[in-house]
Parts: sequence; C-alpha cells; structure tokens
Amino acid sequence: MKKILLSFLMLFLSTFLFAQPANSVEMADEMRSSGKIYVVIATIVIVFIGLAIYLFTIDQRLKKIEREN
Amino acid sequence: MKFIYKSWWKILAVVMVTYTLIAGLLFRVPALPILHETIRNLYFHVPMWMAMLVIFSISVFYSIKYLRTGKEEYDLIAVECVNTGVVFFIFGLVTGMIWAKFAWGEYWSNDPKQNSAAIAFLLYCAYLVLRNSIDEEQKRGKISAVYNIFAFPIMIVLIFILPRLTDSLHPGNGGNPAFGKYDLDSRMRVVLYPAFIAWPLIAVWIATLRYRIRLIENKRNTID
Repeated sequence: MKKILLSFLMLFLSTFLFAQPANSVEMADEMRSSGKIYVVIATIVIVFIGLAIYLFTIDQRLKKIEREN
Repeated sequence: MKFIYKSWWKILAVVMVTYTLIAGLLFRVPALPILHETIRNLYFHVPMWMAMLVIFSISVFYSIKYLRTGKEEYDLIAVECVNTGVVFFIFGLVTGMIWAKFAWGEYWSNDPKQNSAAIAFLLYCAYLVLRNSIDEEQKRGKISAVYNIFAFPIMIVLIFILPRLTDSLHPGNGGNPAFGKYDLDSRMRVVLYPAFIAWPLIAVWIATLRYRIRLIENKRNTID
C-alpha cells in the first residue's frame, strides 16, 4: 500500500515538473489581463475591414464599367 | 467563371480573416521557449504561403488550358494570378524575415529555406520580365505558359522539398519538427485552418479583380 501511495505521489510530482517549464516561459499575459490587447485587436480589425470595404467598392465600380463595355 | 462576379465567397473570406485576427490574438497558445508569443505569427505567416501556392496552382491550371485551347482569356488569368501570387510571395518572405530576426537572430541567415525561397521568387520575377519582353501576343502567351508550367514544379521543389533534405532552422525541415508534430494542438487548429481557407480566397478575389480590369483593357486595345 505504501509503495502504491508513494508511486502515485511521484506520479503527481512528475506533472508538476512538466508544468514548471511551461510556466516559466514568458508570455504577454499581462497585456491580456490588463485588456490592452483589445486595443491592438481593434486597430488591426478596423484596418482590415477598411481595406475589405475598399476592395468591395473597387469590385462595384468594375461591375459598372463592365456593364458599359 | 460566373462565380467571380458573386460576392458571397468574398464576404466569407473577409469574415473568416477577421475571425482569425481576433481569435489569433486572443486564444490561448502553447507556451514555448524561444518562440513565446511569436507563435501567433503562424496564423499570419503560413497562410501567405498557402495563398501563394493556391494562386500559382490556378495560374498553372490556366496556362495548361491556354496551351490546349489557345483562348486568350486563359492566358490573362494565368498572368494576373502570377501578379497576385508574387505579392503574397513578398508578404511571406518579409513576414518570415521579421519572425526569423526574433527566433533565429538574423533577418537573413542564409538558411536553405530562405535562400531557395529567394531563388523561387526570382524565378517568378523572370516570368514577368520574359512575358513583357515579347510583343507578339500569341508568341507571348505560348512562351509564358510553357515557362509557367516549368517554373511551378521547380518552385515546389525549391521551397518545399530541397530544404527538407538538408539542415534548416525552419520548422518542418531537416529533422527540425514542424509545428504539426506536437505544438500545434487543437486550440491552434481552430484558428489556423480557417486562415488557410480565407487568405487564398482573398488572393483569388484580388486576382479576379485584376483579371477583370485586364479583360476590359484587352477589349479596348483590340477595338482600336
């Protein structure tokens, strides 16, 4: 019984050991928790949507010219 | 070819790219040494190459069709696809260089993957130069179609096969495992795969716009 308990304890110990390097890797968690990442996302999305709308207007104008031709 | 005038797939592409912009920055990613947060580049750097690959494949398809039928429209599709593909090629190279500066220490470390990508880029630049140097339309169409058909497999070999046979810093090359092996978990797949579909669609959209403009130009030139 003691042996099994000990081996289980060791097994759990190993999970902690695996988790250790993952935690020590520096990620931008602070930027996420402070909500500043949403500012970045909003900027990127606005730029992309703007470009997409621009492409759609080119598409529409082209359709007009095609009809005249 | 009716579908190039439809807008549902263009809206789909825009929605999907917008989703990857948001999810790509917000969703959890594996915490890995060296890469840190730059692993998110995977959502934006790799789809550029995917878009390039799709657009060049379409180009080759229409080059073959042009040689079989001799219809001028097919030649125009092939050219405009290459024109668009080259832009995505540049995007892929530049985003790769920026990522390399962070992960490998240099913008350009003469890595086999980088060098052969540069050679493949010149290969497609040569296609455009070759095409513009011939005045006679049928000759131009035929020569550039044949060149395109040969350039495509060489590009595939240069970018996707040769770097795998040697040592390379790039993931997926020379014993260096790709992200797919163990880092790319299901959390990343839900962002990466939509990006793989959406960016090629955006590229096709731009190529069809260029093709339609070229078609009008072509029509005007023949009337005059």
